[in-house]
Amino acid sequence: MPKAIRSSLMAGKPKLYYFNGRGRMESVRWLLAAAGIEFVEEFLETREQYEKLLQDGALLFQQVPMVEIDGMKMVQTRAILGYIAAKHNLYGKNLKERALIDMYVEGTRDLMDLIRVHHKFSPEEQEKNLALINERATARYFPVYEKVLKDHGTEFLVGNQLTWADVQLIEAILMVEEKVSTILSKFPLLQDFKTRICNIPTIKKFLQPGSQRKPPPDESYVVTANRVFNRK
Amino acid sequence: MAGKPKLYYFDGRGKMESVRWLLAAAGVEFEEELLETREQYEKLLQDGALMFQQVPMVEIDGMKLVQTRAILNYLAATHNLYGRDLKERALIDMYVEGTTDLMQLILMFPFLSAEDKEKQHALIVQKATNRYFPAYEKVLRDHGQDYLVGNQFSWADIHLFEAILMVEEKKCDVLSEFPQLQMFKARISNMPRIKKFLEPGSQRKPIPDDKYVETVRRVLQMYYNVKASV
Repeated sequence: MPKAIRSSLMAGKPKLYYFNGRGRMESVRWLLAAAGIEFVEEFLETREQYEKLLQDGALLFQQVPMVEIDGMKMVQTRAILGYIAAKHNLYGKNLKERALIDMYVEGTRDLMDLIRVHHKFSPEEQEKNLALINERATARYFPVYEKVLKDHGTEFLVGNQLTWADVQLIEAILMVEEKVSTILSKFPLLQDFKTRICNIPTIKKFLQPGSQRKPPPDESYVVTANRVFNRK
Repeated sequence: MAGKPKLYYFDGRGKMESVRWLLAAAGVEFEEELLETREQYEKLLQDGALMFQQVPMVEIDGMKLVQTRAILNYLAATHNLYGRDLKERALIDMYVEGTTDLMQLILMFPFLSAEDKEKQHALIVQKATNRYFPAYEKVLRDHGQDYLVGNQFSWADIHLFEAILMVEEKKCDVLSEFPQLQMFKARISNMPRIKKFLEPGSQRKPIPDDKYVETVRRVLQMYYNVKASV
């Protein structure tokens, strides 16, 4: 096969293996979208699909998310995100910028994890979790990012250009707002940040109906996940 | 000034132990400030030293780094333990995330009730032998090299070694069906810096005991019950 054709076949679109819902894969969709990278998705709907992936040895630790990209079957969300960020110039210019980005994304990751599992709780537990989300967002996480923006007065969190840290922060802000719509009321710089980032063409496109962005989890999402993983 | 890194944590393993392992394997001397009282922790908070009000925190190269993953990434990259290119880094990241998930099950262990400890113990052994160790055994078997990635020592090897020792503390013969991992363990144990870290008197911390749990609860005022992963 001529080299040019082989190369163009290999440089195909990333393929995401996950449920038809947000879960842990949503941050990957956000990052690819922000970077302007088109991707395809295979949605897990049946136990059989999952078992086939297992039998084919496609899931290193028997888990999804899994992303086929550049000849690799990548698993583990952080590994996937780190690779995409580095490949598409969203991981800072040097090690110190990368350290800052890593700290910021770990913070937003912890916040988003509270929301990611919310739908699994009983109504009573959900009430407590909502209070926790509110408290963590307003007392622990958002003050940090507000201060970062205030201290260096630039448009982005790190190094004056869009990075993974900004993409994950906007994702986190929108997720929290879905639970507590007034969450940014005491964070004027984050409000400006939100407006600015949402106006970036690739992100604006991702926020429009018809994009590959997934809606908040509903009953059918929970049922599908339980069925695929044989959970009661 | 390129002083020694300074680690802020409790006098015990917890999330900081992987950092101690990495520094030791890289041959980097480090200092520790061990948190014993609530007042020490509150002072760190007041000084704005803890970005998200949490430890681990490591003072290094003029930064106060928090979030274990961020700390480990930085140390691995600055000491040439993070692979030669993006693809090697991707492999290292995948492997390290796996061992992190496994070690997380063990990390919460001391904080569980007696009944939950029994369940968790079974889960740790099951996951190690059915999910994680088979993956690393296959990696080593498939390429037949001494190290997990790129035929050179990396953070992935250190982290896997740490995980193996931790699981062995729960079930001493857990590697009985993993010949590649047994050889891997022997090879890594014999590396001079690792050997030194394994000797008494090093900064390696012992298995957490009740005193450790008590200290963490007191300093963080974390008195709620931690549930088992099952």
